[in-house]
Amino acid sequence: MIPSYDRSTLEELLDGNLPWAQTHSIMSSFKDPDRFDKMVAIHQSRVAWKEPILLPYGENLYIVQKNDGARVVKCACGKEFGDYRQNWKLEALVRVRETQDEIEELYPKMMAANAAWMQLREFICPGCKTLLEVEAVPPGYPILFDFQPDLEAFYTQWLGRELPKAGAT
Amino acid sequence: MNYTPTAHRTTSGPRGWDGKSLREMLLDAERLVKETGHCFGLERIAMKEEEPIRFEKIFSRLRGSLVNARETALNISASPIVKELGELCFALYGPEGDSITLSTGILVHVHTMSEAIKHMIRTNYEENPGINDGDIFINNDPHIGNVHTADVQTFVPIFWEGELIGWAGCVTHVMDIGSSTPGSNAVGPTTRYEDGLTLPCVKCGADDRLFRDHVYRCERAVRTPMYWSLDEKTRLAGCHMIRESVRSLIREEGIGTYKQFIRDVLEDSRRSFIERLRQLLIPGVYEAPAFMDSQFAAETRLPDESRKDTMMHAPMRLTIDPKGRLGVDFEGAGKWGLHSFNCTPSAMAGALWVLLTQTVMPNDKVNDGAHYATDIHCPRGSWVNPDVSTTAHGNAWYYLVPSFGGVIRSLSRAFYARGYVEEVLSGYGHDGNILQGGGIDHHGNESAVSNFEMSCVGGGAGIVKDGLDHAAVVWNPEGDMGDIEAWEMVEPLLYIGRGVKMDSGGVGRRRGGAGYECMRMLWNTETYELQFVGDGAVFSQPGIFGGYPPGSGYRLAVKNNDLLDVFEQRKPYPTGDKYSDGKGVTDLVKGNVILDKRAVDLPQSYREHDLYLSVMRGGPGLGDPLRRTVDSIETDLLSGVMSPAIAERAYGVVFATAQDKQEIDREKTEARRREMREARAAKAVPARAWVAKERESRVVPKRFAEPVTDMYRSSMTVSPQWARHFRTFWKLDDSFHF
Repeated sequence: MIPSYDRSTLEELLDGNLPWAQTHSIMSSFKDPDRFDKMVAIHQSRVAWKEPILLPYGENLYIVQKNDGARVVKCACGKEFGDYRQNWKLEALVRVRETQDEIEELYPKMMAANAAWMQLREFICPGCKTLLEVEAVPPGYPILFDFQPDLEAFYTQWLGRELPKAGAT
Repeated sequence: MNYTPTAHRTTSGPRGWDGKSLREMLLDAERLVKETGHCFGLERIAMKEEEPIRFEKIFSRLRGSLVNARETALNISASPIVKELGELCFALYGPEGDSITLSTGILVHVHTMSEAIKHMIRTNYEENPGINDGDIFINNDPHIGNVHTADVQTFVPIFWEGELIGWAGCVTHVMDIGSSTPGSNAVGPTTRYEDGLTLPCVKCGADDRLFRDHVYRCERAVRTPMYWSLDEKTRLAGCHMIRESVRSLIREEGIGTYKQFIRDVLEDSRRSFIERLRQLLIPGVYEAPAFMDSQFAAETRLPDESRKDTMMHAPMRLTIDPKGRLGVDFEGAGKWGLHSFNCTPSAMAGALWVLLTQTVMPNDKVNDGAHYATDIHCPRGSWVNPDVSTTAHGNAWYYLVPSFGGVIRSLSRAFYARGYVEEVLSGYGHDGNILQGGGIDHHGNESAVSNFEMSCVGGGAGIVKDGLDHAAVVWNPEGDMGDIEAWEMVEPLLYIGRGVKMDSGGVGRRRGGAGYECMRMLWNTETYELQFVGDGAVFSQPGIFGGYPPGSGYRLAVKNNDLLDVFEQRKPYPTGDKYSDGKGVTDLVKGNVILDKRAVDLPQSYREHDLYLSVMRGGPGLGDPLRRTVDSIETDLLSGVMSPAIAERAYGVVFATAQDKQEIDREKTEARRREMREARAAKAVPARAWVAKERESRVVPKRFAEPVTDMYRSSMTVSPQWARHFRTFWKLDDSFHF
């Protein structure tokens, strides 16, 4: 039987507040096909801005439809990072832990990586100062573009409907 | 009814259906899937459509017989690796070598065994050495179909009325394979000639009996002949159980039904896989590289060209196209090397397979049909696809396991976007440390050990929960740490401590699962070779959504120590290294201390009463750590997975008193967290400005440590495409090279 969950259950799930047995049951069951729309509605109700969410993009990040037709990455706090086809990280703040002391601030002495081999890049929202993503890469590695969704194909070919257009609410 | 041997027992010639050779059948199957996109060209799954209950019943019965074979046969083995930790799996294949169904266990090999069977078919084993009813074949060659030589596969062809209707296959991870260094994850071989006993799809038995010369050869080639022999009997007994189950099924259902079923079920699996991707994920491109350290510059026992510190580069790029086809691309992987960590495409495909079975195919309807819905690109000449056949693969897992962590994170980004937050994981823990070695053991016998406690590491954090503490490793979903008593039976080392490894899980709103550590003391052996195997200089698994990587490993041993005096004087003795600074051990015993970040080394001699600390890693974290609830941190502190120091430094915790760091001052913690948010923003710069500065100060002048330089040089040499990517990002002209 294909399940469907009510909003409060999904909110509790998102917040990690469901009893484990119930979470486990949701994991083990067939997936509820209406999840995407319900979860987007939950996210939408939790942000203070009005632009329609096209895709939850990461914890605290969304791709939203702007009135002028643009589709941008936006933080829950309202800070925007530009067109979703460009790497949002380039519009973020970055703190790079690249000395041994800086890395060992977060690790016991013997469990920290060697700063000559690897650095931690912390991408921070300029608006709310939330830590959005951490890269662990060797010095000199190009900034990662973690996820480039094919929004058009997702909506038209997988969900079977058009992407919301400019001015939609 | 007992089975009656057929007339084809000892002859050669076509073994396929309707007078065809197996090779003709395989080529037909490959042509049909290429031409039509469907397995065997099936546009409809007739049996499932017309007789769905019968279809499901046959599947369940076959699946049950494989699980039964595994659970029964593993009791023949005496190796804790197989018996305690379940390092085996069985699979049933169609005549062309595609898996139909499988048992539980180390699923990576369901596909590697498929490639071995196809190798035998392609190279015309029907003609020579012949494929007959009652024959037994054995394979462990990574270049044919395997990860490393210690994963040993047995195959038994299944005949019905003169036609080959399938294959039963089993793999067990043996304790030793006779490599140049002891143990089953050999770190030391630099060419295949040091990888130990290689059995490239060898016919090793007939009439259901192993050839005596094969038995002798193997028992003389490995350091643990008794364990080898019982593992081989485990594999063979289970394969024979599967063969009988298939025959029993055919007697009841008819051969026509069976033949149709094994066709339909492959196409069904292919379609289900695509459907599931479209249901769960988001089409697009995902980038998630991984890195691993290899520190052998100071190792005088290796050939000159192998003596270097370098870094593995796995530039994993995952694509899901609008049709739901999944692709994994390793373009940019560096050159293969004279080390023990090379992989073959067979290993890479197997690794992808095992990850998919635990993410988008989390049910029992798994077989090679899904393989036909995926593409994997392993650039020729790189460490994921060497262009020579002489490479060593003794511990291919060392590079293989981290290289696929990005698959989990990429799928998790899609799960999150699609709303299936319960499936999100930040990754998995690295499978280290491997305590490994050999010598004369506590029973006075020549021996080798590969401690598989590394089947149990910290799990990745999720959206809805923290990572599991000391749980199963990714490549063995049923893995655990094993009983101390079982390890002490086979290893000349006593456990004098085993406990949770504090601060080993990655920091995050949801923390990574904790690993654990074991304090071992050499016992009742004059001298024994031991090595460490795990990450040290790098973080091999990053976190996600603001979570951090788990801690990397280290090497801690105390040789020629005064432990007996400590015992004699009834002083506290070390049971672990609580704060991961070495002092948990070195404050209590004196001796020759090894304490460094070179966490993968070659075997070296230890003597009785020497101490060796084996640290199993934690899992990566998820989310901004300053958003972790104080209640959760209190639990972490009480359960010993987090130290007060990390609670303060990483999570902004303020304790009520400086002396007794147990009670958290919630108000001051909130204030401290506000300060830390502002402070981190103050230390940060706009990313574009950082890129511009980094280009001038580091990239253009090539200010990199040698291992990093070596990694870039290697990737840019093997892959002009990745070189272009690097130069484009940093706005460098075509003349830039390392």
